[in-house]
Amino acid sequence: MTAQADIVLSIEHVAVHFGGLIAIFDLNFAVREGEIVGLIGPNGAGKTTAFNVITGFLKPTSGNVRYRTTSMVGLKPHEIAKLGLVRTFQRTSVFQNNSVFENVLIGLHDRGRSTLWDTLLALPRESRSEQELVRDGHEILQLVGLEQRASELAGTLPYGEQRLLGIALALAAKPSMLLLDEPVSGMNASETARCMKLVEKIRRSGVTILLVEHDMPMVMKVSDRIVVLNYGRIIAEGPPAEIQNDPEVIRAYLGQGKKRA
Amino acid sequence: MKRVVPLLWLLVIATVPLWLRDQYFLHVTITTAIFIIAAMSLNLLLGYTGQLSLGHVAFFGIGAYASALTTLGFNVELPGNFTVVHTPWPAVVGFFMGVMVAGLSGYAIGKLSFKVRGAYFVIVTISFAEVTRLVALNWVELTQGPLALTNIPPYTLWIPGIGEYEFWNKTAYYYLVAVVGLLAYVIIKRLVNSRIGRAMVALKENESLAGSVGIDVTRYLVLAAVVSAAMAGAAGSLYAHYVKIIDPDIFLFIYTVTMVIMVITGGKGTLAGPIVGGVIFGFMPVIVRSFAAPAVQWILYGALMIAIVFVLPQGIVPAIERWAANWRRPRAAGDAVVLAGQKVREE
Repeated sequence: MTAQADIVLSIEHVAVHFGGLIAIFDLNFAVREGEIVGLIGPNGAGKTTAFNVITGFLKPTSGNVRYRTTSMVGLKPHEIAKLGLVRTFQRTSVFQNNSVFENVLIGLHDRGRSTLWDTLLALPRESRSEQELVRDGHEILQLVGLEQRASELAGTLPYGEQRLLGIALALAAKPSMLLLDEPVSGMNASETARCMKLVEKIRRSGVTILLVEHDMPMVMKVSDRIVVLNYGRIIAEGPPAEIQNDPEVIRAYLGQGKKRA
Repeated sequence: MKRVVPLLWLLVIATVPLWLRDQYFLHVTITTAIFIIAAMSLNLLLGYTGQLSLGHVAFFGIGAYASALTTLGFNVELPGNFTVVHTPWPAVVGFFMGVMVAGLSGYAIGKLSFKVRGAYFVIVTISFAEVTRLVALNWVELTQGPLALTNIPPYTLWIPGIGEYEFWNKTAYYYLVAVVGLLAYVIIKRLVNSRIGRAMVALKENESLAGSVGIDVTRYLVLAAVVSAAMAGAAGSLYAHYVKIIDPDIFLFIYTVTMVIMVITGGKGTLAGPIVGGVIFGFMPVIVRSFAAPAVQWILYGALMIAIVFVLPQGIVPAIERWAANWRRPRAAGDAVVLAGQKVREE
């Protein structure tokens, strides 16, 4: 990925304070079209807070978030999703009591074109729109490899597959940029490999990706560029190889060794 | 098979007055059916969007009063020497006024209180019902207060071939209520089986996840509130023109509780749930009355309710569905089906 591509997401001097606690100090970075950027950092570094600010679940104390040309600050989550910026969640990532296919159909909500009256009067547009949604739904399940599970309850899926379904749900909302919050947490090695392939596939379809992840081998392999957060500020930024050898990063993760006298 | 079952039910509903000759039982059937319509409307909010409206009877009462006042006419002095005089209109117009006014108040409550959720929403709706009761009780000029609105005329419809027809006998009224009930059922069914219904379920299950895929949470909550309130208003109008007298007691909390019981025991979030629950708790007092002393009746009523909630926490209809699914696919696939049928408990 060349550095010449256009900037799609820019986080400009974002700060988040919870009362006296400063969760994010002064966050400033950008993501370019078609990139996969990994956002890493020790627990409590402010990664999920950053996600919440970008997707409208949290208002920043100061600073601005810009997606393409639109400012995200003050927009509601669903409005941001409609602009093509869609996220997944770390914990509750699927609708547990609905079937896998229903999950994807819910995600497809915005692609439906039927109005309230179409629905109430059973006009032809209603059934046509529903047929389209069902077709799109199968396509998405095929993409993430869950088509065998379509009729099962999402809550009964193994954890790794629930995470995949969470990604399918986000894909259903037709993102042009995807924010993945710890996509492989709780996955075993083969599931992680499967998920990495999926992330690659999504990128190749033209979606820009920002991901938060604790699984270091995964982030290093999949990302073009990595941003390291610690205590609410960026301590390093660059390609994976560079980050792995950055003394500041190693100190943040492993602590400072006893200095020799 | 799929086509036959609804037709069979339609046949049963259509033939009730033919085999139910007892006028008293027909009366109970009509009032029960009216309450089932109200319970179905509550189910749209409680079962699909997950919001418990404990003031649902307010919409029922508003529909009843709006419909009755449109039909009876009124003469009210407003502050600033304004006098509003309304000459009586036909009862059918009253019905639509009832639906509209209730729908509008549903919109107002939806807009006002859907910023709050859970317990706070419950409190807002209870307060709303209490305020409407106090208005009905104290605005004597408009509502006659505790003296009640009396002599509410029946609906008249112009039916081709028959001419002007007055719905005053019980059989005719039964059919009227059945038609409105079926209409309400179809509206709810179409709504919940569409993307609108999926959006509602999505917010019940996980609001922030729903927002993250682009579902406008507030919009669908307000939509559900409006449809639900309008439907409750329709039931209220049917009630007013049937019993022909309404007083502020129509807003009593116990009626809301009755609706909630019907929905919960029948199975919230299922189309048939409020109907099953409504039939059980609508007819049960009448049946029990024939052999038990008044005090015992209420004990039995409560015991049945507790028993249902304990044994079938999801409600009767989901339990039957699960049982039927197991029965259809014997043994081999049995276990998987049980798993799939059970709602996953939150940790």
